[in-house]
Amino acid sequence: MPMQSASSTKPATSDLTGSSVKRTRADRVSQRIWPSSALLLAALVVIPIGFLAISVIRPNGEVWRQQWETRLPGQLVDTAVLLVGVSIGTLVLGSSLAWLVSAYRFWGSRAFGWLLIAPLAMPSYVLGFMTLSVFGFTGPIQNRWRDWFGHDAWFPEVESMGGAIVVFTFVLYPYVFLLARAALADQAGRAYDAARSLGAGPVEAARRVVLPLLRPALAAGAAVAMMETLTDFATVQYFGVDTVSVGVFRIWRGTFDRDAASEFATLVLVVALMIIGLERVLRGRARFGEAAGAAAGLGPKRLSGAKAWGAFAACALVLLLAFLAPTMQLASWAYGEVTGPRGTPNTERFFEYLLNSLELATVTAIVCVLCALLITNGSRFSRGRTAGVSARLTAVGYAVPGPVVAMGVVLALVALDDVLEGAGLGLPGVVATGSFIGLVYAYSIRFLAPGLNAIEAGMGQVPEEVTASGRSLGARPREVARRIHIPLARTSILTGAVLVAVDAVKELPIALLLRPIGFNTLPIWTYSLATESRYEQAALPALAIIVLAMIPVALLSRQLSREADAR
Amino acid sequence: MRSMCARVVLAGMFAAAAALLLSACGSDSEGTIRIYTGRHYDLETAFRQFSSEFNVHIEFLEGSDAELRERIEAEGEDTQADIYMTVDAGNLATAAAAGIFAPLNSDTLENAIPAELRDPDGYWVALSARVRTIAYSTERLSPDEVPTTYEELASPEWEGRVCLRNSSNTYTQSLVASLIGNLGYGEALSVVEGWADNADIMSNDVIALNSIRDNRCDAAIVNHYYLARELDEDPTYPVGLVWANQGGRGAHVNISGAGITKHADDPELALMLLEWLATDGQNAFVDGNNEYPVNPAVEPESLIAAEFGETFVRDQLNAAEFGALNADAVRLLDEAGYE
Repeated sequence: MPMQSASSTKPATSDLTGSSVKRTRADRVSQRIWPSSALLLAALVVIPIGFLAISVIRPNGEVWRQQWETRLPGQLVDTAVLLVGVSIGTLVLGSSLAWLVSAYRFWGSRAFGWLLIAPLAMPSYVLGFMTLSVFGFTGPIQNRWRDWFGHDAWFPEVESMGGAIVVFTFVLYPYVFLLARAALADQAGRAYDAARSLGAGPVEAARRVVLPLLRPALAAGAAVAMMETLTDFATVQYFGVDTVSVGVFRIWRGTFDRDAASEFATLVLVVALMIIGLERVLRGRARFGEAAGAAAGLGPKRLSGAKAWGAFAACALVLLLAFLAPTMQLASWAYGEVTGPRGTPNTERFFEYLLNSLELATVTAIVCVLCALLITNGSRFSRGRTAGVSARLTAVGYAVPGPVVAMGVVLALVALDDVLEGAGLGLPGVVATGSFIGLVYAYSIRFLAPGLNAIEAGMGQVPEEVTASGRSLGARPREVARRIHIPLARTSILTGAVLVAVDAVKELPIALLLRPIGFNTLPIWTYSLATESRYEQAALPALAIIVLAMIPVALLSRQLSREADAR
Repeated sequence: MRSMCARVVLAGMFAAAAALLLSACGSDSEGTIRIYTGRHYDLETAFRQFSSEFNVHIEFLEGSDAELRERIEAEGEDTQADIYMTVDAGNLATAAAAGIFAPLNSDTLENAIPAELRDPDGYWVALSARVRTIAYSTERLSPDEVPTTYEELASPEWEGRVCLRNSSNTYTQSLVASLIGNLGYGEALSVVEGWADNADIMSNDVIALNSIRDNRCDAAIVNHYYLARELDEDPTYPVGLVWANQGGRGAHVNISGAGITKHADDPELALMLLEWLATDGQNAFVDGNNEYPVNPAVEPESLIAAEFGETFVRDQLNAAEFGALNADAVRLLDEAGYE
């Protein structure tokens, strides 16, 4: 999932690597250390997934033939329809909301600018089971509907492809919204004003000037949304949508054939690569953002009367449907359970689960940010393509479903354990699989890509000349990184950390498979109830996930509104 | 900067390692039993009782059956699992075939649990029974219209009137595996094709039951305890239960069961727990989830005893047999075009 990296337009790098000043031995060492560290990190990401992908070398023809004759064509169609639907949905919703809050001023427009990010905190599986419980055929809405209009009154089928697309659109549009808003606050906005002042109508200016400039941001946002949709296997099943990821789990859990399941997982990987390729093509040669410097952005126009109300209503409606209503419904269920006779099991361990989730998300975010800084700085300080290629390779972890990553990590760590044991250095007990370190490792593999992309975007806005000046004044690479790059890119570092943390708070399947015994997180608590269809009892833990995920989301919002104020 | 990173990472690792050690040394009970379990709800009641009665510490790792089995297999002799517990027979059969279990060799278990609910090779036993049978609308079906066999729901008269669970679900797969075991692949296929033609496919049993209530379908195939749960909340819930195929082979009984791992730290203690769960602890283990006991000497809890009855003809096909047929069932479901 490469988003807006700037590596493609790197000028001659000799100045950056310090060869114009007198080369010291330390320089030559760092010349090798930066790219090789990046490569090592990429290897750490790729190896566990390689353990699974290796099975493709000897494909099980029988399983492929059988699947091809039965479900596979349908799965490919479902996957394609779902991905196209979600990308259109998130693009339309994300970019039009971003346009509303950037181009106009109306009552609440500034607040909506950050409130509309809130659905990032909503796990798709939670919105999925909420939607079915409330809007499904057996839910209160449709029952009321039938009371009013008779049993055969038409109502859209909720357990359907359409239902799945709506749910994914609501939880994933913030990715498009975030990036589009940032672009509008930057050059795309200024260009719109320029076009208008040169006599173009608003529609023409939007179509001919803003859209092309927004394209990289839109492509990047939609690519993230598509990757999240592609690797999901839980939410889609609520809606009876049969994607290739579902296929992987049917084979794994139903026929107990891990090798065949791994082969199918490579199919998911292929689709992911197609998404990445598509994103690259759509992004074109354009660079997202401009060289550092205060960009004026869009001069918002004040709306009044019906138009202002319309804009307000549109934003409020999305926020209500995607976030407020489901959260309030969860809160009411949770209240009912907590005060009722049945209660939610394990409520007394609430804080333990909360702390575990918090710890896991924090450590994962820190690890991912450190790795991302190493990789981005590595590609700045080194000649050659090693670091850049390494950065792209790390996307693989984001391109396969969580359980595939987790199983790969199990196999890789067990192999490592065997190797160490052979060398007489056996790891104590089950460090290999059931350890916090293994868990953070797997989380980092899965979520390094979103963090890396955000940080690459920030680093892309640090002009190469700045790096070169630092180097030519005699600063060593790590000093340049610490004293120049990190301070200049700190907003994007925060963004990267936030994106990783939010995903990590919501992550379920990796923790399910890899956690140490006795170590439970909020999503696991939710799962253990939701998997028994005890949705009302699952409301309390689900609500806790949302509240916890709101912390990083709020941090991000605050940062963004500060920046907006600074302009 | 890198050295700072290294320090932070190292510090983090030490903290994690310390936390791990602390949590490992946390118990001072006589012994500890660690259970990897695909069973979730109401685990606590029975195990808390056992813990306090025998002063044993019990820890759980909850997860999905297949993934926990893979994990035990990968952990090999390092595994912490003493007991592997599932909610279906297929994963127990696969686990036994993969060699992760030690034989149980227990007269207590053999006396307590009927042969069809034990592994013929003695690697695992069933601990609770969940009957997958037919639910119907008590409002819209007269007694003579109530379907009485699984096969009947495949006939054209049920077109558009039956709700079934999706094919990715273990319970569906297990029921189809039992059809294959009893009828052979060909005949099972034609039954499942009939189902696929007739049914609205649901993502869980609760929705299937509520769909009967709300007049989307007249009948469904569900696990009995989901209906028990609804009746517990609302005694007037308009859905009834009929034991399937009573004139023939009987209703399909799937199991939740367990075995002791080959590398268990304290196999005697683990066996003591399984024996207790099959005898004195049966009620504590099955009642909370409204399941049927596997031990014929133990009475089912009052709600299901009153609503559904205590005795019925059970399909005698050994759980190990339909467990081993699970992969075939998935292929058959694919072939039948069942969603």
